[in-house]
Amino acid sequence: MPQSNTSTPAARPTSLESGVGRARRRPALGPLDYTRRWWLRLIVALTFLLLYAPILTLVAFSFNDSRRNIVWRGFTFKYYEKAWNNDSLIDAFANSLSIAVISTVISTILGVLVAIFLWRFRFPGKAVYEGFMALPIVIPEICMGVAMMAFFARVGWPNDLPWPLSLSSITIAHIAFSFPFVAIIVRARLVGFNRELEDAAKDLGASEWRTMCDIVLPYLKPGIVAGALIAFTLSLDDFVITFFTAGPKTITLPVKIFSMVRFSVTPEVNAASTVLILITVIATALAMRFQALARGTKDGRG
Amino acid sequence: MDSWRKNPLVFWVLNLSPSAWLILFFIVPLTLVWVLSFGEKRGLLEVAITGTFDNYARALQPLYLEIFWKSIWMAGLATIACLIAGYPVAFAIAFAPDRWKPFLLLALMVPFWINILIRTYALIAVFRTRGYVNFTLEWFWDQANGLLTLLGLGGYQLIGARYEPLELLYNNFAVNMGIVYAFFPFMVLPLYANIEKLDRSYMEASLDLGAGHWRTFFSVVFPLTWHGALSGIIIVFIPALGAFFIPDLLGGTDSQLIGNVIERQFKSANDWPFGAALSFLLMYITFGALALRALVAGRNRGLDV
Repeated sequence: MPQSNTSTPAARPTSLESGVGRARRRPALGPLDYTRRWWLRLIVALTFLLLYAPILTLVAFSFNDSRRNIVWRGFTFKYYEKAWNNDSLIDAFANSLSIAVISTVISTILGVLVAIFLWRFRFPGKAVYEGFMALPIVIPEICMGVAMMAFFARVGWPNDLPWPLSLSSITIAHIAFSFPFVAIIVRARLVGFNRELEDAAKDLGASEWRTMCDIVLPYLKPGIVAGALIAFTLSLDDFVITFFTAGPKTITLPVKIFSMVRFSVTPEVNAASTVLILITVIATALAMRFQALARGTKDGRG
Repeated sequence: MDSWRKNPLVFWVLNLSPSAWLILFFIVPLTLVWVLSFGEKRGLLEVAITGTFDNYARALQPLYLEIFWKSIWMAGLATIACLIAGYPVAFAIAFAPDRWKPFLLLALMVPFWINILIRTYALIAVFRTRGYVNFTLEWFWDQANGLLTLLGLGGYQLIGARYEPLELLYNNFAVNMGIVYAFFPFMVLPLYANIEKLDRSYMEASLDLGAGHWRTFFSVVFPLTWHGALSGIIIVFIPALGAFFIPDLLGGTDSQLIGNVIERQFKSANDWPFGAALSFLLMYITFGALALRALVAGRNRGLDV
C-alpha cells in the first residue's frame, strides 16, 4: 500500500495546505478518503466485473450464432425462435406465469391481512406468532421443499387435474413462502401510518370495513404494490421448492432450465434464461421504486 | 396498538386465513417430515411410523457425518471468502460520495435479483476448459511465451510447449466459487449497514495516533462492525449449507453436500424417513446458528444500554 504513506499524521496538514496553495483541481488524499485509493477502487472494480461478467456473457451468447457458445460468430435471434418453438419450454413458461399470478394475488391478500393484524393488535403469544410467521423465510429451502413434497403425497393431493388446477400444489407452496415476505414489506409501510386518521373516520361514523377500504388500504397502496411485485418474482424465480412439488407434467421455467442445463449447455437455455432475467429484473426494479415511494410519503397523509 | 379483546371480530377476520394457511401448508408439512423421521421404510411408498431413532443413528454414521462435516466446511470456506471479499466492497460503498452510494448499492443488488439457478449456470461458461478464465490465462501465457521468444529463450520451453487449460469445473473449487457467487450480496449488505453507522472519528483517532490502515482495521473497525459480519456470516452460511443445485451443476463426483443427499433420499433413493431425519438435522444446525446470532446480538445490546 504505497498510498498509506501520504496520510501519516505529519503529512496530513502540510498536504492540505499545499493543496490550497497550488490551487489543485482536487484536494489531497485525506486519511479516510478510501474511495480514492487505487487499491480499493481496483478491488471494487474487480468485484463488479466478477459479479456481472458471467451474466452478461450468458445474455450475449443467447444472441450468438454458434451452437458451441464459445466464440462470437455474429448476431442472431434464432435461439429465441427455437425456444419459442420448443413446446415444453413454452408450457413451462406458461405454468410459471400462471402460478406466479395466482400466488401473487393470494399471497398479497394474506400478507396484507397479517401486516394489519400484527400492527393493530397485541395479544398473548404474539412474539411466538411472529416467530412462526418468519419461519418460512429462515428455514433452508430444501427443508421446506421436502416438507411440501411429503405433505402433498401424504394427503393424496390429486395431480391429474385439468390444467390450471394441476398447478395447485406448487401454487400453494409458493403462497406459503411468499406471503410472510409481503407482510414484512407492508408492515414497514404501516409504521408511518397516523392512527388518528382511522379514529377520525370512525368518529365520523365510518364502519370498520369502510375505514379499512377508504383510509388504511389507500395509504398502504405503495407497500402493497411493492409486496405484490416481490411475491411475483419470488414465485417466478423459485427453483428449490418447485423442484420438489412439481410433477412430471407440471414443470416450471426454472425447473425446465435446470433439466436442460443438466442435459447440455445450449444457446436455447441462454435465451430462456435471458427472458426470465428480464422479467424478474424489471419486476424487482419496480418493487424497489414503489418501496422508495412508500418511504417517501411516510407522514400519515400519503 | 389495541388489545385483541377490544375487537375480537376484526381480530379473527384479519388473522384467520393467514394463520390457517401457515398452519395447514407449512407447520403441518414440517411436522409430517418430523414424524416421518421416526419411521421405517416398508416397501416402495409405505412408511411405518415406529418411533425409531434408526434414521438419526444412520445419519450419524461416519459416511454421512463426513458429508455433514464437508458441507459445513465448504459452506464455511465460502462464507469466509465472502467475508474477505465483502469487507473492502462494503467499505468502498460506505465511504463513497453520497451521490454514488445508491448506484453502487443498486449495482451490487441487481445480479442478486436474478435467478440463483441461472447465475450458477452462467458460471459454467466462465470456468470450463474453453471458458473465460482459461482464455485469459492462455492470453497471458501467449504474451509470456512471446516475451521469452523475444529474449531468445523460445527454444527452451520454460513454461511448457503449449498452454494447458486448468480444470476449474466439476470439482470442489467450482462449488465454492458457485456458493460465493450466489450469496455474496448477502454478506455485503449487513456489513455496509454497520460500516455506514460507524463513528468515523474513531478511525481518525486511530490513524492520527500513528496506527496504519491495517492496524486501524483490525483494532478499531472490525471490533466495531463484527456484528454486521456475524449477520452476514449467518445469512450466507445457512442457504449455502442446503444448496443442492450448486454442487449438482458445478461439482464433481466427490462434491456431494448434505443437500444432495437429502434430495436423493426424496427423489431417486426414495428413502423418505432417512431424508426426513437428515433435513431435520440440517434444520437444527440452522436454528443453532440463528440462536447463536440472537444470543450475541442480545448480549451486545445489553452492553450498549
